[in-house]
Amino acid sequence: MRASALLHAADLTFAYDATRPVLAGVSLEVTRGAIVGILGPNGSGKTTLLGVLGGTRRPTGGTITLDGRPLASFSRRQLATRIAVVPQETHLAFEYTVLEMVLMGRHPHLGLFEVEGPADVATARDALAAVQAAHLEDRDFMTLSGGEKQRVVIAAALAQATDVLLLDEPTSSLDLGAQLDIAQLLGRLNAERGVTIVVSTHDLALASGICRELVLLRHGRVVAAGPTAAVLSSENVRALYDVDADVHVHAATGHLVVVPLHRTP
Amino acid sequence: MTPPVRLRLWTVLPLFAAGALAAVLLAPTVGSTPISLARAFDRAVPWAENVDAQIFFVARLPRVLAAALVGAALAASGVVLQALLRNPLATPFTLGVSSGAALGAMLVIAAGLDMGTLGLSSVPLASFAGSLVATAIVYWLARSQRRGLSTNVLLLAGVTLNSFFSALILFVQYLADLTQAFRTVRWLMGDLDVGGYGAIVAALPLMVLSFATFAVLARSLNLLSLGADAAAARGVDVVRAERLAFLSASLATGAAVSLAGPIGFIGIIVPHLVRLLVGADHRVVLPASACFGAAFLIGCDLVARTALAPLEIPVGIVTAMIGGPFFLWQLVRHS
Repeated sequence: MRASALLHAADLTFAYDATRPVLAGVSLEVTRGAIVGILGPNGSGKTTLLGVLGGTRRPTGGTITLDGRPLASFSRRQLATRIAVVPQETHLAFEYTVLEMVLMGRHPHLGLFEVEGPADVATARDALAAVQAAHLEDRDFMTLSGGEKQRVVIAAALAQATDVLLLDEPTSSLDLGAQLDIAQLLGRLNAERGVTIVVSTHDLALASGICRELVLLRHGRVVAAGPTAAVLSSENVRALYDVDADVHVHAATGHLVVVPLHRTP
Repeated sequence: MTPPVRLRLWTVLPLFAAGALAAVLLAPTVGSTPISLARAFDRAVPWAENVDAQIFFVARLPRVLAAALVGAALAASGVVLQALLRNPLATPFTLGVSSGAALGAMLVIAAGLDMGTLGLSSVPLASFAGSLVATAIVYWLARSQRRGLSTNVLLLAGVTLNSFFSALILFVQYLADLTQAFRTVRWLMGDLDVGGYGAIVAALPLMVLSFATFAVLARSLNLLSLGADAAAARGVDVVRAERLAFLSASLATGAAVSLAGPIGFIGIIVPHLVRLLVGADHRVVLPASACFGAAFLIGCDLVARTALAPLEIPVGIVTAMIGGPFFLWQLVRHS
């Protein structure tokens, strides 16, 4: 284990029932300040892996450490001050305003009967400004568009003031413009605020555009892992998705572009 | 830059509390014999000669306090169960607690075991025991080893238990003789005439315990409405919060039903109206609903005992007859 590893997972297994493991021996390392992308087909175990890394699902086997300390030794609340999670979609049972939603990120920092003070509101407004959603503050969360919702949920995660941000397919239900917004937002949060990001995605443009490292997951196993430029190859795309694809370097951005051609026969 | 919740706590709650207090003080002055509040509280007049005070404290206040306690408990339990099930249509009676309580009461009434000792009648005791049995069954069914309570199983188990117990209740009524059958039906319509302070004092510790638990849970309930995983990721001990929410809401509901019978509508209409007035934050919604529920049931009971006096309308009928149309009107107005 390298000294700079913020989050370190070794030989993780997870199974709802013993005959069909969802994760079958996954190891990975997230260094401070990294943006790690997790790619894999539907059902490859991406969401479960994020749940295990975030401590909301307990692995059946293997170890995870945060700053060298086993994840299991953190209380739920302690962990929530270190790791924030942005789920794929957020549905609310009741009508909360955007500011109320973001203030919920302050939960682990508050005492049992403590009510958010001016400092918490300032943190929440700062987070909303960081995701360019300050103007939405008083809106009812349920009336927002998909892209706005996702930005507000990211703001709530920022208000949680953690070292690590885990995002589960943050762009999967968004249009092209909103996808680009989220990708640029994540890149900026990483560059300007030093937020360590782990993001699972089907969005290869997001993966090649902002992720410096990739972990390719299939059937709960790591197919390949390492720097994006090395990992995102036609061979690995075929191994991952059973799709033959051309992978080019885009001249203007220097990002890899994946052009899917056809299903591997 | 005043935080919205703090502002609402300081402006909204005193208003709601004042409303509930006003209802408690004013309702006992209304009745077949009008009395004066000033005279009832006039310490200069000796107790034996102060008819107003006797009517206020002995004849009417116990009933008003019972209404306050039951209304507050049903409204707050409704809020907690709606948050737990992430469903604004849940009621305190959704999870089978009230039908368990009803079955307990039916059995005692139909078996002719209705008797009183130490100011406590056997009917509320049996009814409370029934609510505990129903709670235990639903809790046991919905418990899964890995992750807290399954809200789907809670709902299904509760709804199934409700119809199962309802069938047993009908069976008991079918077997009972006519007088007892009528008494069981009357019990199901709700009755706040608790006949003194004994029953209220007996129910009070259960209510206080439940309300203290609600207070501890309030902020976690906000996060639970995002879903169990999202709540856990923000630091909520979901397993513990869900268990406490279910058990405390069931306890309060069981105590309320054993005190006054299954009075419907309060547990869904009050939380809904309160959310329209003060927003969705449970730290405001819970205490505001308790106050509103208390005042609402006091008001309904006032109508129940005065509208057709000397005939008394069962209070459960009044809550549904006032609550139903009012609720629909609100629904149409806000949609």
